[in-house]
Parts: sequence; structure tokens; C-alpha cells
Amino acid sequence: MAKKNWSEIIRNNIVTIMFIVLCAVCMVFSGYTPAYVMYELFGRLSRNLFIVLALIIPIVAGMGINFAITIGAMAAQIACILVLEWGVQGFGGFALAAALTVPMAAVFGFGIGKILNMMKGQEMIGGMILGYFANGLYQLLCLFIFDNIIPINNPNLTIKGSSGIANTMDLVKGGIAGTLENLWKLSASQAALVFAAVIAVVLLLSHLRSHRKNNKALAVNLVALAAFAGVMQLPFMVELFSMVKIPMVTFGIVAVLCLFNVVLMRTRLGQQFRAVGQNRTVANAAGINVDKIRIIAITISTVLAGWGQLIFVQNMGAFQTYGAADQVGLYAGAAILVGGASVVRATNTQAIIGTILFHLMFILAPAAGKNLFGDAAIGEYFRVFMCYGVIALALVMHAWSSVAKKKAPKASDK
Amino acid sequence: MAAEYILEMKNITKRYGENTVLSNVSLKVRPGEIHALLGENGAGKSTLMNVLFGMPVIHATGGFDGEVLIDGQSTHIASPHDAMLKGIGMVHQEFMLLPGFTITENIKLNREISKNNVVSRVLGENLETLDMKTMAGDARRALDSVGMSIDEYTKVNGLPVGYMQFVEIAREIDKTGVKLLVFDEPTAVLTESEAAQLLQVMKNIAATGIAIIFITHRLDEVVEAADGVTILRDGKFVCETRTADTDVTKLAGLMIGRAGETAFVTADPREFAADAPVALHVEHLAVDMPGEMVKDVSFDVHEGEIFGIGGLAGQGKVGIPNGIMGVYDAEGKVELFGQQVKLNDAHGALKSGMAMVSEDRRGVGLLLGESIEDNIVFNAMQVNGDFTKSFLGAKLKDSRAIREHADNMIKELDIRCFGAVQHTGTLSGGNQQKVCIARALTMNPKLIFVSEPTRGIDIGAKKLVLETLVKLNREKGMTVVMVSSELMELRSICDRIAIVAEGEVVEILPVNSSDADFGLAMSGIKPGTQNGKEA
Repeated sequence: MAKKNWSEIIRNNIVTIMFIVLCAVCMVFSGYTPAYVMYELFGRLSRNLFIVLALIIPIVAGMGINFAITIGAMAAQIACILVLEWGVQGFGGFALAAALTVPMAAVFGFGIGKILNMMKGQEMIGGMILGYFANGLYQLLCLFIFDNIIPINNPNLTIKGSSGIANTMDLVKGGIAGTLENLWKLSASQAALVFAAVIAVVLLLSHLRSHRKNNKALAVNLVALAAFAGVMQLPFMVELFSMVKIPMVTFGIVAVLCLFNVVLMRTRLGQQFRAVGQNRTVANAAGINVDKIRIIAITISTVLAGWGQLIFVQNMGAFQTYGAADQVGLYAGAAILVGGASVVRATNTQAIIGTILFHLMFILAPAAGKNLFGDAAIGEYFRVFMCYGVIALALVMHAWSSVAKKKAPKASDK
Repeated sequence: MAAEYILEMKNITKRYGENTVLSNVSLKVRPGEIHALLGENGAGKSTLMNVLFGMPVIHATGGFDGEVLIDGQSTHIASPHDAMLKGIGMVHQEFMLLPGFTITENIKLNREISKNNVVSRVLGENLETLDMKTMAGDARRALDSVGMSIDEYTKVNGLPVGYMQFVEIAREIDKTGVKLLVFDEPTAVLTESEAAQLLQVMKNIAATGIAIIFITHRLDEVVEAADGVTILRDGKFVCETRTADTDVTKLAGLMIGRAGETAFVTADPREFAADAPVALHVEHLAVDMPGEMVKDVSFDVHEGEIFGIGGLAGQGKVGIPNGIMGVYDAEGKVELFGQQVKLNDAHGALKSGMAMVSEDRRGVGLLLGESIEDNIVFNAMQVNGDFTKSFLGAKLKDSRAIREHADNMIKELDIRCFGAVQHTGTLSGGNQQKVCIARALTMNPKLIFVSEPTRGIDIGAKKLVLETLVKLNREKGMTVVMVSSELMELRSICDRIAIVAEGEVVEILPVNSSDADFGLAMSGIKPGTQNGKEA
């Protein structure tokens, strides 16, 4: 195994490193206590992680960041509105909304996949524009079709004195707010024990079934898990997480999605995703139906994004009918890139690290801006600027490294 | 009841529209035989293989006439997948491997072995878990049979090129029921020792009873490895012979052989003294042009000469003018009339007094949406500032001068058009080519490159284009460097011909050298040395 030199490691992870440094600086200047930051962070993680993880499969299948997940989010919002209209409350309402999201998001995903197959190589910009276009249809649905053609009987949902769906959907009163979160909450130290135990069991199981028994790696992992669980019980850690209540079910679902991403890649279908992602020509020559595989990838991603949006809105307790979905693709895309993913390669770890860093930035930047410049707007400006900047930087880095790769073998020839 | 031949292709004729690319070609391969398929570019080798694999391009253009028999049974091959099911495999010239996959995953691509799991019982076999252990076992066996000891879990990314070729072969062997393997230029990218190993592996595979069709341009390898040879030329069957009855020189002659064909333009070749003034001096030129890689090329072109560059497609001949003219990245030293030419600078190359008629007429050569006159003066206007007049300090197009010049050119080159304002996109190929030449001439170049000047144009236009080149050379003393795949064309008007193979100049031959010499040079063997190489 060749030694990787430092400059290469830094170059490959420049975005992540930059974000870690920025977060550290903002942490110092924000004046927040670590306990408060942790409280904020875990709140945000519980509502945002899922949708970021939904981006992984299309990236593996070579379609880049699926900015069309906004359309999945719209499906989820339509499901929410219907559930509110029917007055199904509590966890049952959430489950119904989740079930309704699936057929809608799947149909949308299929359509998106069909369109993206016509514009291979431009999937990202295509997905983004599709998102804008779908927003127009969504507005037509909510402003005109609902309440005018399809009657809406719940007076809280419609615009007072006019027709159409109101601007804000309140999920607290008679809705599904917090239904997932409140099922089972634990303190951070207890949650660490539970998760460590579950992960240990999964590791052991996969070790038993693996074709290559790597005992050393297993031992290292188990020891690390035990150490993690142990450290979480120490007083200063308990202090750090004193404000955090971990919603076990939400994080449990996130963990299941991570596992799904891993296990799926070990199936025949996952192998086809990876093959198509690496080289469509070769995959096609091997008899793989490239277009079909790409449609499946986008469809799965769109459905997952719909669920992600449901988790998000039930956590928030309300959503902006006409604005909540707009930025979903952009923020999720930026988050996964911050974690060191590229438009051709992404893992669960990168998605998680990216979400943590990206949201740390969201928490800290306004406060730091306020303390440094006396104006929270500067911090606010800064984080929006960072969001677009990260995407642009990641695209440039990708173009740059593929040019560098192309040149590298030539240099070694001589 | 085994048939004598595993594969028989009888009287195959294939037309693309009016164009007959294969006429009455037959190919017979016995079980366990290595059968070489020889021919220049355009001889019909790839079309024949497309027919064998049932490629969509064949069916989409009206199918073919003739019969294909496998194991003595008349067969219809509907698609490449169908061909695979019938036991025909292909080892591609370009690697069909995924760099991020392990060797095992590549060998088993889309033929994965998988086990049932809870989900797949409900949702179908696509969600079955891969059985990596069994897959690796199969891969190991296939790798062993091609003599590769490398770990089957190694990623393909970063493997030496030679290894990739063997992985590709292992994949074909792993397919069950393979009876016939087609190797398309398998040694083109290999080092000598790897090539030798590959030939050995091919012999081993053949010894197990699998027949091999071996497409190559390296004649020495044919003589070394093949049992039988079929030679095609211009879509026609030339002969089938046993390798034992022939030798490299005979094969080269048969492959090129143009006896009986007459050139429609002739210009007597002239001798240039070794110390005659040099127009173009090229030293260790390397060009990074995809598909036409130039590795290390050196030659001198004398002033007033017509210098030909020939060779098979993909060997780098087209890369030479493109590299010198700054169209593709190049390295090395180029001097024009003693002046160093800066590489990778298309503007500078044009300015220094060179012009090029590109092989890619419709892509690089012409602005198809613009008129003939604008196309003709475009480079001269952009590079030299010709055909402009000053008006209030701004440079404007001098329409009158342009029209006058364009009309002259149209008359001189006999461009068939409605007038100078007709769009070039609506012209025929031959007339488009003439516009390209007119544009190059408008630059008043001291040296002109013409790359594949007669590709895709009819005979009348070909004649005119070649005559124009000769006229320019003889009357105006312009030095011409002509790159062409058509050897006969080069031999009819050039003074000397450099033959390029695998990115290097094999030999610069006088035009009256024998067919065999040209054939040998094209397959990368320096004429007159092949006996020494065999020994």
C-alpha cells in the first residue's frame, strides 16, 4: 500500500477541513455554551440527517447530487395536507402520511428518472430545474386545485377570505407534530449505551457472515464502541449533553437507512448501481439495462426524500406550504459535500459528518457574526454564502481532480 | 456429430445504403483453432464481427445477406446478448472493465452469483445478496487458466494495462459454454513480454477446444500464433490459407495488394537531395489526441515536397498535424523553415505560415451555419487581420474584398454552389472539402497540412482535390504534408511516405516500394528486418 502524502489528503478533503476550522472559529466567537450547541445540533440532526442520506444512492449510480429531492419533499407535504384534512391525528397520522408519500414520490421519481435519462451528464442542473418547474405545479395544486376542485373542509387549512391552501400548516393542533420524537426519548448517556449495543450486535452478525474474517478490525471496532459508550457516562460528557434528549426512534430510523444503504450495495441491484455509476458503456456491454437502473436509483431517492421531509416537518411542528421544499435539495446537497463526498462518491459517514458540520455552521455563524460585527445578519449572510460556495467549490474540485487524474498517468509514463 | 467447423460464415454481403462494405465474404473456423483475420482499415473486419455479434447497427440498416452456421447449424443471431448465449465471446480492444470494482466483481459483472435473503423472497432476485465467496472462487479458476496469480480481490484501478487485458480474457472464459472467442487487437496495448504471454494463453485456451478469431495488424504475431488466416481487402474475400504455407512478407503483400488498380491522378515522384532545404523539422513529437496517440515522431520535410503520412487508423498519423497545429496537446520540437514553432498554440501555428485542412470537416473544419465566403476568410481575418478596413478606429469587415476573393476561389477550385453566400452546411462533402482548402489557401501558407482530404467524398471530387494539391505544389511551390488512410492516394501524388504505427514512424519509404514493404511497415515491422526479428 503506497503511503498517501499529506498534501493529497488535504486536497481531497479541503472542504471538510475548511469547515472544521470555520466551525471552531465560530464556536469561539459565538459565546454559546457547548451544552446549548449540542442541544441545538441534535435537534437539527434528528430532522435533517435522513434527507441527506437519501442522496447517496443516485451519487453511487453516477447521477450526481439529486437536487430533484425537492419533488419528493413536495409529495410529503401534499400527504401532510391530506392527513390534516382527514383529521387523522398522532402517530397514526404520521404513518398514514408516510404511506401516502410512497406512491406519490415513486410516480414523481419515475418521471424524474425518465427525464434525466434523456439528459445524461446534466442530471444535476436538470434535477434543479425540474425542482423549480415542479414548484409551479405544486403551487397550482395548492392554490387552485385544492379547495376549488377538490373540496377542503378543514377551515384551518385554507386562506381566510379566499380560496386555496393557507401559507402555514400547523401540525401541532390536531396534527402529527412530534409524533416520532415523543415515542421514546433518552438522555445522551443512555442513548449511547443502547446504540453501542445495537451496533455491536450488527458488527458481530456481519462478521459472522463475511467472506473475509478480519478479526483485528472487529476487535478494534468493538473496543472503540465500548470506549465511546464508557466516555459518554463520564460526568463532563453528561454535563455537555445535559440539555440533549435523544429521540430514539428518529435516530433509529436514520440508523436503519444507513444500514439499508450498506446492505443494498451488497445485492445484485447495488452492484448494478455501482457498475452504472462507474461507466455506463461497460455496464451496458455487460447487459445491464442502464436506463432502468438509473430510474430505480432516482425513485428510491425521491421516496426517501419524501420520508425525510415528513420527519423534518413533524419535528418542526409546522411548515411553510409554499416555501418549505424549495431549499431542501440545496441544503442537503451542500451538507453531503461538506462531509467530503463528491458528485461521484458518497458514503454514510460523509453524509453524517457533513450534516453535523453544516448545521454547526448554521447554529454558530449568526451568533459569531453578531458578536464580531454587531450584526446577526452578517452571520446569516455568511451561512447562505457558504452554502452556495460549498457546492461551487465541490464542483470545481471535482473537475480539477479529474483533470489531474487524466494528466497523472501521462507524467508517470516518462 | 461435431461439425468440422465451429463457425462458418458463408457469402456474407452487407450494404449500407448504396455502399457495399462486405461482398461475398466467407470465414470458417475449426474448433480449437486460432484463426487470424487480417485486413487494412475499411477492409470489413469490424463489419464482419458486427454481423457475427448481431449488433443493432446491422439490423437497423437492413440486415445482411448470407448465412451464419454455428456447429453446422444455421443460426440467426439477434443481439450481442444472444451471441453470448450461443457461446460467442469478445475480448474488447478497449477495456470493458470498471476501475472501482475488484477483479472478481468485474469478471462476474451482471452475472453475479447471489443468495436468497428475506427481502429478495418478496421483491425478486434483484435484491438477492451477492455471494462474494463463490464468485471469488470462480474468478480464481478463470484467472488461473490465463496464468495470472494476482489476488482476485484486487481492485482493477491501478492494475498494469497488461493485467487488465488478462482480466478481460478471464471474464470471457468464465462464461459457461464459450465456444468461440474474438480477440480484437488484443496485443495493441501490451509490452512485448506481455504480448508473448498473451499468445501463450491464447494457445492454451485453443488447446481446450475453444476456437479463437484473432484480429490484429501485427503480422509476426499471426505467423507465430495462428493456425489459419483469412485476409479481407476492400470488403472482399482475398484468400484463406494455413499459416504454415505462408510468411510475413506474403501476408503483407496480400493485405495491401493493389495490383491492377490504377490511380486517377498521378504526379511523378521527385528525389530530394539529403541536404535540400528543410521546410518542416519535427523532433520527438508526442501528441495527446484521443484515439490517435503520437508517442515519438521525428521527420524532415523538404521545401517544395509533397510528403505523405500513412498508416492504419488509430496508430497516430492523424495526431501529427493536429499536434503541430495546436489542436491537441503536444510536446517535442517543431521547426518551420528554421524557426521554432510554439506548440499548443493554434493561433501562433496559423500565424507562423502553416495551414491545415482538418480531417473533421464538419466538426473542426467548417462553421456550417455560415456562408461560403465567411468560411473562406474566417481564419485569415481572425489571425492576420486580412479583409478588414479601418473605420473610425474600429476594424470592420471589408465585404467587397471578401466577395471578390471568395468568387475567385469558387472559380479556381470549382466549388459547385449557388453563390458565395450559400451556407456551407448545405454543400456536398466534396464541395465542403474544397471550401476548407480555400480557407487554408487564403492564409497564404508556406506549408499546408491536409488530413484525410478525400474521406467521404465521391470519386470526381477526390480527383479534383488531389489535382488541386499537385497544382499548388508544382505551380506555387507550396510544401504539402498529406495524411491519408488511403495508401494508393499517397502513392499517386507524394514524393515520400512515412508510415506510422503505434505512435511512431516505422519507416519513410519511397513511393515505388513494394506492397509488402508498406504492409510490413503498417504492422510495425521495419521492412527488411523481419527475418532478423524472427530468428
